[in-house]
Amino acid sequence: MKPISAILQEIRPEYDFAASQDYISDGMLDSFDMMTLVAALERHYSVSIPGTAIAPENFRNAQAIQEMLNHCGVHP
Amino acid sequence: MKFTFQHKRISGILTVLPARELSFLEEMKNYNFPEARSLKLMEVMGYDKRRVAEEGVCLSDLAVFGLKHLFESGLLRPEEIDALLVVTHSPDYILPPTSNVIQGRLCLKQDTLCLDISQACAGFIVGLTQGFLLLEQESIRKVVLINGDILSQRTSPKDRSIYPLIGDALTITILERDSQSAPIHGEIKMDGSRGDALMIPAGGIRLPCSPETAVLEDAGDNNLRAKDHLRMEGSVIFNFVQTEVPPMVESLLARTGTSVDEVDYFLCHQSNRFMLQKLAEKMNIPSAKVPKNVVENFGNSSGATIPVAITFNLAEKLRNEHALTCLMGYGGGLTWAAMLVNLGELAFCEMITFL
Repeated sequence: MKPISAILQEIRPEYDFAASQDYISDGMLDSFDMMTLVAALERHYSVSIPGTAIAPENFRNAQAIQEMLNHCGVHP
Repeated sequence: MKFTFQHKRISGILTVLPARELSFLEEMKNYNFPEARSLKLMEVMGYDKRRVAEEGVCLSDLAVFGLKHLFESGLLRPEEIDALLVVTHSPDYILPPTSNVIQGRLCLKQDTLCLDISQACAGFIVGLTQGFLLLEQESIRKVVLINGDILSQRTSPKDRSIYPLIGDALTITILERDSQSAPIHGEIKMDGSRGDALMIPAGGIRLPCSPETAVLEDAGDNNLRAKDHLRMEGSVIFNFVQTEVPPMVESLLARTGTSVDEVDYFLCHQSNRFMLQKLAEKMNIPSAKVPKNVVENFGNSSGATIPVAITFNLAEKLRNEHALTCLMGYGGGLTWAAMLVNLGELAFCEMITFL
């Protein structure tokens, strides 16, 4: 399975996600990227992410995204 | 706030669409983003084609065109109209009300109650509620409810977060009394404290339009928009809808003793495909009961999208038979609303093109 960082890179290839701890405040992900990312994560991990989880705090960095996936039953 | 209406019905729905069609694939070059990223967004959100009015075309132009079509087709007589409600946030003028403008242009009787309501994506249910309330009056036998917006002219072509989503449309819905109709139940909630999540900052008295408000500014996400333009905090709106709408629908269904299986269609405001999919998942509604194809064919026309969805997907069915529908609207205000209504045997349910 691809790591989260690789999926992020596909969505915004112009950014170095490893260099940021807050993708939202650093302007690397906007709300439409979050939706695109959710669709990609759902497809890749065969999981359904509830709409209520689509909030900026769950997309601030790879750890927050992983924690959100953990809640959905996806574990590394 | 909960509502119940007795002996009222929707008797006809007409959609008026501008002829001009834009394509997301052709517009992608306007956005300051890699093409691959825009294509991903197209797949997820359902962007494709949308209808927009030519510059200079106003809401009353679409309304007069649609009402004349009904008059000339014998589907409505001018003298029958006791109340004319217009739900929009893109009126022809600040004053007079667009409903009065339409009344004047069509020479309707002076005993027509004209009322403008400033609401957005929940505007169809807000308008139905107001229309049904008016029908409680002995003097009002038929209400013409108009929902529509010409918002394409208030969005920035350089703003990928909103421009490819917006379409222009107008719908005309006829409401009348009917002693045989089943009760109609509805709920509406509002939260003005979160209103700035979806707004047009300039153009009112607080901040009049000026050369300064027309200057495009970087919103911080590579999107350029001016204070004259519609802006939306996408993640705030998305989370609001997913959090507030499902409990309201569950409450409505519980209050009326209705199961999800008994509802034939859940007709949501057509915000975007992804949001509708997530709503359906959250409420365990079979996807086939939730039409999601308005944005990809016509764009999001704010309070008009529910009747657009009806006329696009259910026209033939609702002219001949009945269906139990749960209407769901949510958006600017913030306002969210739901209504359980048995639709059917409509005198008309069609789409026409504004020429």
